[in-house]
Amino acid sequence: MSSMQQVLAGGPHVLVFGSGRPPGRGRLRGSDFKWAIAFVAPYAAVFLAFVVYPFGYALWMAAKPSLYADLIADPTYLPTVVNTLFFVGLGVNVKMFLALLLSGFFLRRRWWIRALLAVYILPWAIAAAQACVSFHWMLTARWGLVDGVLWALFGINGPEWFADRWLALGSDIAAYTWKWMPFWTVIFLAGRMTIPRDIYDAAEVDGATGIRRFVHVTFPLLANLYLVCTLLSTLWTLGDFTTVYLVSGGASTDVLATLGFRYAFDLARPALGVAAVMSALPVLIPVVIVLMRRLRTSEVQL
Amino acid sequence: MSIALTSGGPARRPYRLRRIFTEAGSIGIGVVLLIWSLLPVYNMFLIALDPEEGEIEFDGNLWPPEPSLGGFRAVVTQQARYLEDFWHQFGNSFYIGLLTMALTVLIGSLASFAVSRLRLGKGSLLTNAALLTYAIPASFLIVPYFRIMHSYGLGDNPWAVIAAQTTFATPFAILILQLYGSLIPFELDDAARVDGASPVQLYLRIYLPLMTPALAIVAIYALLLAWNDYLYQAVLLSVRNMTVSVTQGQLFEDVDAPYNAMMAAAIIYVLPPIALLFALRRYIAASLTMGDVKG
Repeated sequence: MSSMQQVLAGGPHVLVFGSGRPPGRGRLRGSDFKWAIAFVAPYAAVFLAFVVYPFGYALWMAAKPSLYADLIADPTYLPTVVNTLFFVGLGVNVKMFLALLLSGFFLRRRWWIRALLAVYILPWAIAAAQACVSFHWMLTARWGLVDGVLWALFGINGPEWFADRWLALGSDIAAYTWKWMPFWTVIFLAGRMTIPRDIYDAAEVDGATGIRRFVHVTFPLLANLYLVCTLLSTLWTLGDFTTVYLVSGGASTDVLATLGFRYAFDLARPALGVAAVMSALPVLIPVVIVLMRRLRTSEVQL
Repeated sequence: MSIALTSGGPARRPYRLRRIFTEAGSIGIGVVLLIWSLLPVYNMFLIALDPEEGEIEFDGNLWPPEPSLGGFRAVVTQQARYLEDFWHQFGNSFYIGLLTMALTVLIGSLASFAVSRLRLGKGSLLTNAALLTYAIPASFLIVPYFRIMHSYGLGDNPWAVIAAQTTFATPFAILILQLYGSLIPFELDDAARVDGASPVQLYLRIYLPLMTPALAIVAIYALLLAWNDYLYQAVLLSVRNMTVSVTQGQLFEDVDAPYNAMMAAAIIYVLPPIALLFALRRYIAASLTMGDVKG
């Protein structure tokens, strides 16, 4: 899993791979070429049948301009776009920044911090739907565990989490952060482990410790990794369906992924559903282009 | 740190004070993280351990007043509503997860072997294109998938989910396998060739055995992807072929669902990946430190 970090971070490492290939090799011989084609064929078939075809199908379904007029006319569409911006904007940035800070915390060599790391990555291993249902009931107003704790400890009546749109959206973001922050923390932890110790020692001689060390040494070294991870996470968060559908569930917190689902399967308007999610393409495409460029600069070989 | 230690005298006290502060701070962070990570898990047990009668699980209790294993018993014996076919659904989840895992490893390793070891000329184009799979979030393609699977004759068929999950797992598999594969010296291949090994023998005898750690990572990834999936299983499968992942969603259409049994089922469902991660923790740790080893 975390070897992905090698792809994301590892400029120098990957470049080393390239030189491992002996120079001046000839082209493939006849039978080898046939074997190579046969080996690649299964994936090529999967790619054509289950990536190219569905995507083309989606574009074809969403091509009619009148669908977008319907979307704008629908009073639930614009609030959904706002929800999506909040969910993605906060969900991604809060999660990534905390993950970056916490990766430094988990770098410390203490037995109890190592034990804590095992507990901390537990959410990542817990299936998303089950975790989200647990979050839903934990926050179910008045009777849930969270409001119970608030009452027992502080004697305050907790809010009705899912009655208010912003509280409900905040609950979704918290659940999403809970589930995915451990994964990114481990990625950043692996990234930090590749930073040589002598760089820190040198920085310490120059008086850079604590926050200054983070700002001037650690962060610049991890900046590329951080950017690539943030962009990837943006793509994945934009496509997250389970959290919003199962944690808050309600229509007032719909994001594009759940709205598209409702159009297609509750209102039996599949084309409108595809158009709803495809309206995110103007945001998706720039993210993908920047991501591809970043990946290309950091790994030449692939 | 070493500087502060050696300089001694006046510099020593602020250093000691700072150390105490750092220590207290990290213990504070540790406690917060512990509560944050375990609260939803605790909530699962709180609900699952409740007796069947009434809805006392939602009375704001912090501890089940009369803990009982009734919920778990109802799941295991398939007595609870919605869970009459629990073991069948559990089997479906396993079937989908294991086949996704096997297909991802097979297809991914074949493709990356051909591109990086047999050096198929334009093969890198394919592996680059594979990454484009992640440009469109999977959930955005659910409607076309639903249509396409029906046109392929895979409506309400576990293979529809397997195909979808394999599609989303394989690009990552190819990426990892190519990175790891480039650590294996080409001289091994050349030596085997001199002895007359065919590409199939290279794949089976040299490539697969040496790639075991990377294959383990890829396998875990694929299994977890299929195990975590909710949307595709909910949309592409009907009641008969339903998986455990999907039964959770039914609660929202019923105000009087057997909550404790449902949460007990969730806990049982969550265990296999945790056990798997625990069993394979050495491989995971190895992949984490891959950078150190090869650097």
